[in-house]
Amino acid sequence: MISIRNVSKSYGSFRVLADCSTEVARSEVVVVCGPSGSGKSTLIKCVNGLEPFQRGEIVVNGISVGDPKTDLPGLRSHVGMVFQNFELFPHMTITENLTIAQVEVLGRSREEATERGMGLLDRVGLKAHAGKHPGQLSGGQQQRVAIARALAMDPICMLFDEPTSALDPEMINEVLDVMVELAQEGMTMMVVTHEMGFARKVAHRVIFMDHGRIVEDAKKEDFFGTPRSERAQQFLSKILHH
Amino acid sequence: MSYNWNWGIFVSTTPTGDTTYLGWMLSGLQTTIALSLSAWIIALAIGSIMGVLRTVPSRWLSGIAAVYVEAFRNIPLLVQLFIWYFVLPELLPAALGNSFKQMNPTAQQFLSSMVCLGFFTGARVCEQVRAGINSLPPGQKNAGLALGFTLPQTYRHVLVPMAFRLIVPPLTSEFLNIFKNSAVCSTIGLLELAAQGRQLVDYTAQPYESFIAVTVMYVGINVIVMTLMRKVERRSRVPGYIGGK
Repeated sequence: MISIRNVSKSYGSFRVLADCSTEVARSEVVVVCGPSGSGKSTLIKCVNGLEPFQRGEIVVNGISVGDPKTDLPGLRSHVGMVFQNFELFPHMTITENLTIAQVEVLGRSREEATERGMGLLDRVGLKAHAGKHPGQLSGGQQQRVAIARALAMDPICMLFDEPTSALDPEMINEVLDVMVELAQEGMTMMVVTHEMGFARKVAHRVIFMDHGRIVEDAKKEDFFGTPRSERAQQFLSKILHH
Repeated sequence: MSYNWNWGIFVSTTPTGDTTYLGWMLSGLQTTIALSLSAWIIALAIGSIMGVLRTVPSRWLSGIAAVYVEAFRNIPLLVQLFIWYFVLPELLPAALGNSFKQMNPTAQQFLSSMVCLGFFTGARVCEQVRAGINSLPPGQKNAGLALGFTLPQTYRHVLVPMAFRLIVPPLTSEFLNIFKNSAVCSTIGLLELAAQGRQLVDYTAQPYESFIAVTVMYVGINVIVMTLMRKVERRSRVPGYIGGK
């Protein structure tokens, strides 16, 4: 579904990504973790072309992201993305947030889009808030709406960029619950997160990054059991025993 | 100092005989309002386009917008007015220049003033629009793009509507400025409010009454504009956003 082959990216002389390669198969859930500044957010943003990269190749569903001829908007409309800061559109109601891209990008009718949007809003437990604006919801609620907004586009895979990092602790679980459910339904997911509980529960593979490199790319059992790299061992011991 | 107050001056007939001095004032007021509103429409249109261009990734487009802003912000308004009125008609292709010069003088003055104020204020609106767009979190643009919007769609549905809501207060002050700046246009002979005030002084030697009346009319315009813009501000407020609810 997603293959990342020898991708490198630098800002001037600063290497953000160094020769990263990995694969995400259909219905696979891959968690990307690592210390801040390790390039994990940059890597996930390269997957849908929000960040350009200088070398290597990323292919999503058979389409090369870096190819200048690629219809990036078309590709992105089928790759859902959820951001750290939710990024709902503050001037629109929740309903408008859920429907605008369906109407403008996919060409669905307003009724069809609303029906799809409301169904998903109900699924994330927020049907009662359809007429509100994002600023009137809590962070956890906003992030659930953001997930629903991405799902409304019927994505072939979902990218999560630290979806719980900006949330108060008591709101993290309501968002993770939605994500777990999604994973169990077989959605292809690439998730940048430090939530190791989530990784243990639903991830198939865990990628550990440091200094722009993929240091470890292992099955979940192997990663939590016996991480091979010392750097990953240190990282795990720090975040699991705090 | 002895000064003969005479408020009755406004109802006395002018030497031309066809109206009162108040009639002159009101016709000046009309010109000021018509000039300012039409220039404001130009300013909003150019300012919005240029403001958006200043924030796009293309260096060419943002460069063009930057040159526009720097030129129109850094040349004094009065000089710009003289250029539009005295210089530009000479530089235009002969046919166009001549057809301008054959218009009646008032139309020439009005047209030059309108375009001048529009472009001048447009440069200031442009900077407000740019500031509004740049003040949005960078993730907003990414969120639009990630949903499959093209860059123009992202601007249209996500960035511009939100940016305009944020810049209503500074736009209000630009809107007020355009009325005040329109007084400069009296220098090329346009009989707007300030010019009518001076004309009244020339004819009647009643400067206090004349300029008190002019002042009251400018203040009146601005009170109306402020009330109007408050309404716009309230209606465009985003629930739950900073200062919202």
